[in-house]
Amino acid sequence: MSLLEIKNLTKDFGGVRAVDKFSYRLERGGLYAIIGPNGAGKTTIFNLITGIYDPTTGHIFFQGDEITGLPTHQIAQKGIARTFQNIRLFSDFSVLDNVRTACDRYASYSIWEGLIPTPRRRREEKDLSERAWRLLDLVDLRDRAHELSKNLPYGHQRRLEIARALAQEPTLLLLDEPAAGMNPDETVQLIDFIEQIHEQFELTILLIEHHMEVVMGLADDIMVIDFGRTIAQGTPEEVQADPVVIEAYLGTEEEI
Amino acid sequence: MSEYYVGILILICINLLAVLGLSLLTGFTGLFNFGQAGFLAVGAYTATILTTQYKLPFAVALLAGILASALTSLVIGYPTLRLKGDYFAIATLGFSEAVRLLVENLEKLTGGSRGIPRIPTYTTLPVALGTAIVALWLVANYVRSRHGRNCVAIREDELAAESIGVNSFRYKQFSFAINAMLAGLSGGLLAHYVGFIQPSMFSLIKSTELIVMVIFGGMHSITGAVFAAITLTSLPELLRAAQAWRLVVYGALVVVIMVVRPEGLMGSWELTPANVKALLTGFRALWQEGE
Repeated sequence: MSLLEIKNLTKDFGGVRAVDKFSYRLERGGLYAIIGPNGAGKTTIFNLITGIYDPTTGHIFFQGDEITGLPTHQIAQKGIARTFQNIRLFSDFSVLDNVRTACDRYASYSIWEGLIPTPRRRREEKDLSERAWRLLDLVDLRDRAHELSKNLPYGHQRRLEIARALAQEPTLLLLDEPAAGMNPDETVQLIDFIEQIHEQFELTILLIEHHMEVVMGLADDIMVIDFGRTIAQGTPEEVQADPVVIEAYLGTEEEI
Repeated sequence: MSEYYVGILILICINLLAVLGLSLLTGFTGLFNFGQAGFLAVGAYTATILTTQYKLPFAVALLAGILASALTSLVIGYPTLRLKGDYFAIATLGFSEAVRLLVENLEKLTGGSRGIPRIPTYTTLPVALGTAIVALWLVANYVRSRHGRNCVAIREDELAAESIGVNSFRYKQFSFAINAMLAGLSGGLLAHYVGFIQPSMFSLIKSTELIVMVIFGGMHSITGAVFAAITLTSLPELLRAAQAWRLVVYGALVVVIMVVRPEGLMGSWELTPANVKALLTGFRALWQEGE
C-alpha cells in the first residue's frame, strides 16, 4: 500500500484547468518533488491534498483511506503537515507558542479543563512546552523562543514554519517552495536540514520547487508539471535529460 | 460607602461580564460581534420573566437566562460561523435588532416597548462582584490554555490553524457560546439591579458601547478588558459635573486612544507576576540610565 496515492486529480477554476489528471504514488520513507515553472499548478496540488480546495474530479488516498473532500483539520490530524510558499506563521505568537500550538494533539485535556485548571492540565501543558523546546533546539531557535515570530528574519521564519509542521509529528510532510527567497548558502543549509529531518523523523517528504538545483540533490523521484499537466517523471538524472522538460523550462529553439 | 458608589461598582461588574465575553470572542478569537445587546436582552428577559411571572428563585432564573442565551448563540452560530468574518459581524447586528423587535411585539410576555417594571432588585454588590470575579478567573484560565491558544491561532491565520489540525468551527462556536453565556448573565443581573427593563436598553448603542470597551482596553488582553470596564463605566459618572459635555469628553477620549494607540491601552499585555516584574526591571534600568 502506498502512503499517498493521488488518482486522476483535476481542478478547474472557472474555465481554467489548474490541475489536469494528476496521478502520483508516494511510498513510505521516500523524498519526492514536484517541479514546474511558475503557475504550473504545484501549489494547487498541495491545496487539494490538504483539503483547502475540493477537487473537480479525482481521488486522494492516504494510508489506504480516501481523504478527498475531508476538512483541512481532519487531514492534518491524519498525519499530513505542510508549510506555505508565503510563510504563514501565527505572527503575534512567540516563537515558542507557534510550535507549542502545533503540538496540541499531544494534550487531551478537555475544553472544560480550559476553564478550570486541573493537575492533568498542568502536566500536559508541561509536556507540550518540553516538546516545543526540543523542536526549537532542532531548528536552532532556542535563543529567540520568546520573541514574536513576526520579528524574526526571513530565513528563521522559514525554519520556524518547518518546526511547526514537525511538531505535529506527521507521517507525510509537504514543503511548498522551502528555498524561496534564500541565497545560495542558505539553500545549501536548507538541503542538509531537509535530509536531516527526513532521516531523524522517518518522514515521507513531498516538496515543491522551481529551483532545479534544490531538487536535484534531494529527491529520489521527480514529477514535472506544466500548465497543470504532467510532462515527465523519473529520477533527477532522467528528468534533467528529458527534452520536454528542457523545453518547458527554457523554451524551444526558434528558427530565425 | 454611599449607595451611589455601590451602584457604580455594581454596574462595572455587570459591564465587565459582557466585556469579558466579547474580549474572548472578538479580541482572542477574532470574530466581531456588533450584537452583544441582543444576548443581554435574551438573558435579561428570560431571567426577569421567570422571577416576576413564575416567582422562581433568582439563581435559577439567572441560570435559565444563561442557558437561553447560549442556546441562541448555537442557533445563530451554526449557519453564520462558517461564513467569513465580516458576514458574521453583520449577522450578529441583524440578530440583535431582531431580538429587540421581537421583544417589542411579544407584548403579553415582555410588556412590549413599555417594558417590565417593578423587578425585584436582587443584584447586590456581593452578588455582582462575586460573579464577576469567578467569570474573570474562568476566562483568564481559558485564554492561557491550549484551547485559548487555538482560538488565537484562528484569529492570527485561520488557514494555518486548520493546517495544524485545529477545528476552527468548533472553537469559534465555543467562544461564541461562552460570550453568549456571559452576556446572558450580565443581562439578568442588569435587570435585577435597575429594577426595570425595556427594549431600548438593548439597542445598537449598548452593543457599540461594549465593543468600544474591548477595543479601548486592548483587543488581546483580559487585563485591558477589566481596565476598560472600570474606567469607561465610571468615567461618565465622574464627569457628571461637566453635564452635557461629559459624553463629548468620553467620545473624544476613545478617539484619541484609537489614533495614538490603535492596539488599545494594554495591547496584549497581561497583569501577571512575571510581566510586572519585567516592567519594574525595565523602569529600574531606565532610572539608572537617567542618573
